[in-house]
Amino acid sequence: MKIMLCFNSQIIKKPLIAEVILETGALVNINKATIDITGGELIINVPDEDAKKVIKSFKSRGVDIITLEKPIVRTDEECVHCGVCISVCPTNVFKYEADGSVSMDHKECIQCGACITACPHNALKLSR
Amino acid sequence: MGKTVEEINQKIRDGSVHVVTAEEMTAIVETLGPEGAAKEVDVVTTGTFGAMCSSGAILNFGHADPPIKMQKLWLNDVEAYAGLAAVDAYIGATQVSESRGMEYGGGHVIEELVSGKAVVLRISGSGTDCYPLKNVETMLAIEDLNQAIMINPRNAYQRYNATTNTSDQTMHTYMGPLLPDLGNVIYAGSGALSPLSNDPTYATIGMGTRIFLCGAQGYIIGEGTQHDPKNNMGALMVKGNLKEMSSEFVKGASFHKYGTTLYVGLGIPIPILNEDIALCTGISDAEIKTEVLDYGVQRREKPVLGEVTYEELKSGCIEINGKEVRTAAISSLYVARKVAESLKDWILKGEFMLTTPIEGLSTKPGVKPMRQTGGLLLVKDVMTAGIGTIKPDVSIEEAAKRIIKGQFNHLPVVSDDGRLMGIITTWDVSKAVALAKRGRVEQIMTRKVVVVNPRDPIDIAARKLEQHNISALPVIDAKRKVIGIITSEDLSKLLTGGGRK
Repeated sequence: MKIMLCFNSQIIKKPLIAEVILETGALVNINKATIDITGGELIINVPDEDAKKVIKSFKSRGVDIITLEKPIVRTDEECVHCGVCISVCPTNVFKYEADGSVSMDHKECIQCGACITACPHNALKLSR
Repeated sequence: MGKTVEEINQKIRDGSVHVVTAEEMTAIVETLGPEGAAKEVDVVTTGTFGAMCSSGAILNFGHADPPIKMQKLWLNDVEAYAGLAAVDAYIGATQVSESRGMEYGGGHVIEELVSGKAVVLRISGSGTDCYPLKNVETMLAIEDLNQAIMINPRNAYQRYNATTNTSDQTMHTYMGPLLPDLGNVIYAGSGALSPLSNDPTYATIGMGTRIFLCGAQGYIIGEGTQHDPKNNMGALMVKGNLKEMSSEFVKGASFHKYGTTLYVGLGIPIPILNEDIALCTGISDAEIKTEVLDYGVQRREKPVLGEVTYEELKSGCIEINGKEVRTAAISSLYVARKVAESLKDWILKGEFMLTTPIEGLSTKPGVKPMRQTGGLLLVKDVMTAGIGTIKPDVSIEEAAKRIIKGQFNHLPVVSDDGRLMGIITTWDVSKAVALAKRGRVEQIMTRKVVVVNPRDPIDIAARKLEQHNISALPVIDAKRKVIGIITSEDLSKLLTGGGRK
């Protein structure tokens, strides 16, 4: 499951991720991180079975949590089912179905954003 | 024994017509043979839905009061061509917005008009006795226009080349982003469903053929520009009424760092008059070949990296130069199928009658390149040849000495056999000295070097310098051996007339 962590500037210096990993033993994979003077925003991927305790552990340390059930949102009225997203996605989130339509498998998404700039119909957005 | 178009139309009227899509026809011809299929089937519907840049619409806005003669006009800040009479204009799909740039353009304006949205019309006129008004700004929608006629000079290529990229940079193209080092293959066209692939000799298709155009009934008005039947790259010029179209089949699009276009849905009904035509419509993806071209080469003639069929392209992966490369389409097979199904549905309901063309399409060969009288200056004409290079294991101190002695700013780093490995600049050396860094050249060199070929036009060198914000490009041959360097100074000297070597 993908989780967005929002740190404020007070707790940004603490090794929170290391603490959470040690506490929960969960395999945390960092997909994306932006940190500056005002705070930090991270997207992590954790195994579904560990998600509950990881979220609890981050919350107890003052981290705001947003769970990203769908890391990428598609506007279906705009999508024409070409395949430009298929051709740029590094983790094969998109694929053609037998009827020619393009389907998405959110589990693989690392929110790199390649499909978003590539989509000629502006149909894809990163969710928050 | 054959059928006539009139006989088929009679069957459409009495509801006994047998219509199938071109994909269904492939299996029918395979099972029944062309003779059996010709008896069984009356009409085969085709379809395609993809980016067709050579598209646009003629709009008539009606007269203002006092009247204005449009000198220039913009719809949602996208300029349209006004050089015809007072209030007629042509808006083209690839014209981009003056305020929003490449993300919005003529294709989007056309889509918004079709979907009934209001757009902002801005006009400037010169002011004459008969057209005194000089400026107008107004909001209008498609129902406010007298005419809104889509006229597309080149649509529905029979097939199109598949594209890839062997260079080390992403190429942002009208085929979408082509990733470096054969990172992907992007293709266009619906293969076995493609209109012209199902009647490649234009036995039934010509001027006056009624077609499905963006959800409305439109017409073929002739062969398209750059029509190239000899290379199986025939194309069509078409027209249709924008007011009757559906935004499901006409979509503005924007390709990152390329610009805008229009996705057009187009389908042609093919009357199965005899077994020859039945045989043609039985074509399968495996029988339609196209070439994979290297768009990493920024020239008109692109190197051909191989031949593939649409069956291979649609499989999701092809092999090029021994590498498995994934494939995907820029066009939509999903919507192309909807086009063919909608057309089939219209015919079955008796809402669409077939036509006999009043004139055939040209079968003459040939697309000419542009005649360029200005001549083409190549990198090799302008570069400095026989420049100094340095080996990676030389000390930074020694590199500094050579730069001072040679009075240049860039020093390509080469292997023992002269192949390019990196580059160092006076900046790299100064930085190393300022930080009191001792060591070898390879520790401070830039390894990812932007290069240029001797036979590239200088415009390509200039574009690379600008894109990467650098001031020099090593010139390399096919074996990556450094044969010279071209600098922004060399190019600026051309403007002052002193540079040609």
